[in-house]
Amino acid sequence: MGKDDRFDDKLEEKIDELVERKGISRRNFLKFCGAIAVTLGLEASYLPKIAEALVSGPRPPFIWLQFAECTGCTEAFLRSSSPLIDDLLLNKISLEYHETIMAPAGAAATKSLDEAVAKHAGKFFVVVEGSIPLANNGNYGLIGGKTMLQIAQEVCPQAKMMISLGTCAAFGGLPAAAGGLTEAECVHGALNGLPTIKLPGCPPNPVNFAALIVNYLLFNDFPAVDKLYRPTFAYGTTVHDLCERRGTSWCMQGFGCKGPTTYHNCPTVKYNDKTSWCVQADCPCKGCAQPDFWDKGSFFNYSGRYGA
Amino acid sequence: MARVVLDPVTRIEGHLRIETEVSNGKVASAWSTSPLFRGIEPILKDRDPRDAWMITQRLCGVCTYVHGVTSIRSVENSLQITIPENARIIRNLLMGAQFIHDHLVNFYQLHLLDWVDVVSALSADPAKAVTVDNQINSARTRTTSYFTAIKQQLAAFANSGQLGPFNNGYWGHPAYILTPEENLVFMANYLEALKAQKEVAHMHAIYGGKNPHPQTMIVGGITLNKDLTSSRITEFRNHVTAAQSFVNTYYLPDTTYLLGRYKDYVNYGPAENLMSFGEFPLSSSEPSSLFFPRGAIFNRATSSVQTVDVNNISEHITHSWYAGSSSRNPAQGETVPNYSGLDTAGQYSWIKAPRYQGQPMEVGPLARVMVNYGKGHAATRTQVSAFLQKLGLSLPAMYSSLGRTAARAIETKVIADAMVSWAGQVTATTPSTSAMPNRKTFSMASSGSGVGLNEAPRGALGHWVNYSDQKITNYQMVVPSTWNFGPRDGNNVPGPVEGSLTGVPVADEARPLEVLRVIHSFNPCIACAVHVFDPNRKSTFEVSAQ
Repeated sequence: MGKDDRFDDKLEEKIDELVERKGISRRNFLKFCGAIAVTLGLEASYLPKIAEALVSGPRPPFIWLQFAECTGCTEAFLRSSSPLIDDLLLNKISLEYHETIMAPAGAAATKSLDEAVAKHAGKFFVVVEGSIPLANNGNYGLIGGKTMLQIAQEVCPQAKMMISLGTCAAFGGLPAAAGGLTEAECVHGALNGLPTIKLPGCPPNPVNFAALIVNYLLFNDFPAVDKLYRPTFAYGTTVHDLCERRGTSWCMQGFGCKGPTTYHNCPTVKYNDKTSWCVQADCPCKGCAQPDFWDKGSFFNYSGRYGA
Repeated sequence: MARVVLDPVTRIEGHLRIETEVSNGKVASAWSTSPLFRGIEPILKDRDPRDAWMITQRLCGVCTYVHGVTSIRSVENSLQITIPENARIIRNLLMGAQFIHDHLVNFYQLHLLDWVDVVSALSADPAKAVTVDNQINSARTRTTSYFTAIKQQLAAFANSGQLGPFNNGYWGHPAYILTPEENLVFMANYLEALKAQKEVAHMHAIYGGKNPHPQTMIVGGITLNKDLTSSRITEFRNHVTAAQSFVNTYYLPDTTYLLGRYKDYVNYGPAENLMSFGEFPLSSSEPSSLFFPRGAIFNRATSSVQTVDVNNISEHITHSWYAGSSSRNPAQGETVPNYSGLDTAGQYSWIKAPRYQGQPMEVGPLARVMVNYGKGHAATRTQVSAFLQKLGLSLPAMYSSLGRTAARAIETKVIADAMVSWAGQVTATTPSTSAMPNRKTFSMASSGSGVGLNEAPRGALGHWVNYSDQKITNYQMVVPSTWNFGPRDGNNVPGPVEGSLTGVPVADEARPLEVLRVIHSFNPCIACAVHVFDPNRKSTFEVSAQ
């Protein structure tokens, strides 16, 4: 593939090096840069900067904490593509602590956490997955003998930024749904309003997570957020307004679709390398990125096509 | 005597603590603790049973799909629904894709670092790595420059000083016995698998809308309608073929070779009793048409597989953090959470201790493969025999940590092969081939009760539902990790994992690598294992299970 005159020689060299080292195609790499630009709402002139941010620079340290969760957010993160998940893990971020992935266990794992917090205080990103059970003095959730609340209190305020990933971390999610016994709360609430960026979704879309990181690498800053601390690039418009079926005879509004009241960019970024998303697969939006979505009535209109 | 505690156990789903008592360099006793309680059952109460799958699917984002479809099956069982043929096939394909994905990730991302020393890989000779690669599978065509690039990538990572997830691993532990070249080949495949699993997950996106947490489930069928086209069917088939190729080229040969190098693990992590509920209905008739049959094996008697009657399940809470009576059938289960601090002599887990005919039962890949074998499942027998022959072992060797990890790869191969033909049986939507619920054939009842049984990648799974006025009155689940990771029962008999850890060598008490190997052979997935009932509800289930 030929050179691109938008990029200077030094950047070209770095891209070549990356392409060769990773065995990924140059075309796919540039396609990803373009996709990130679209997701973040940036003009095409930012393309070289995005490429630059992805191929150079120190790797920002990340600490990933898992509380009352199902690991679906981690699984979503593992579906990241271009930069492929292996590239993201080895070359883009430094994942200092993540219980699902890390090699050490037990005391050695806890040591990794303690070391990372001490070494990178004020500089690391903390990603929180899951909500925090507050009932029973926090004893519904223990890791290494500490309550999840204790761990959150010790680690999160030391971070440069807290990312509440997924609906449980962002809004309490399923453990906080009606009928729950554990008084689960979102981490922002459990830590008395500690500043955060929320990326709700069940699961959250890894494209938006990647865009958040790239945005930081680009501007050394965080994107604009709404009143619920959601980045507007991903949560500024309703699913319905972005939906390819809006105004067509295939619109699912009559079947209980929550698209009109759900703010998320699913129709444009889709899931699993743009393979599909809920409405494309003929099921109504369940509103999984909205607060309290578990308690907003049935997920289908059973008197319609999906009834019996 | 020393107490060695692993908390948190990492490279698993969920939160797990394992405590062992080590004596003369070996584990003498073990205690399995789940330290997280989410309380999903009470959240299900009073909801429409047709919505329950959305919630139960969130029991686990790793075993995604399985708790969703099991819930759907329980409601369909209550209504005696036969789903459209297209929906049956698609559900089998979604389940099969889940098996392939889950097992790949277990072997490469969760289990492999127990056997492979990353640091040693840095001193490998890439040319010699090619030789090793071809020894593992002669069909591989990777070159010296490929392994040079992998080595450079790992070296650049190590030299950056930011070791991230590899920091503080048990590198250099005497139990790591592979050569630097073997370690390099396996690290290369760790990275290849990371990419492959992302592709495998596309299958869920095609027929489920997304992964994790596919969304096309509905009581009576599958929502797919407009998007069930011939090009989607082809797209899915291409992914199955690619996944099958990865299993044949990498996963099965890698597993066979690695276990051949760690053959002593035939002596550790023993299994005694096994149970499988069976999976993949090949017609509307269950359990007779199940591709993987239902059955139980006691005391390693592979040739005499027993039938399974779920009425013989009881759950003990003697050593769990609940108040109430000590042993009940899940159909009458009721439990009050009662945390009393961690005491291995008393109560020490949120998981209950399920028993079948009073016995602890191991569930999962080993159970399925041995039940299949005992029942004469041809494809399984072929793969088991090939594996055993390659390692110079006989059938009893399967009842071990080694056999458990082998069984996972063996059944992945069997399932991937079967999926290739299933994928060709799906038909694009027409008025007569719709996968959607056929409203003419059933109507939602006001009240009812049903059971949904299946095999999740980690083992036998059952959901029981009771409802009246179209609202759930009682919901109960018995899940794989409850069977495997449960604590001691009322008779102080250890759970399968606890029992299986006895005798495992521990060369270095500060770094119990060998213990981790046996734990990971069970592929712990803990988020779903903990569950509770609303103490105020005492309704019982009236279900005649097969």
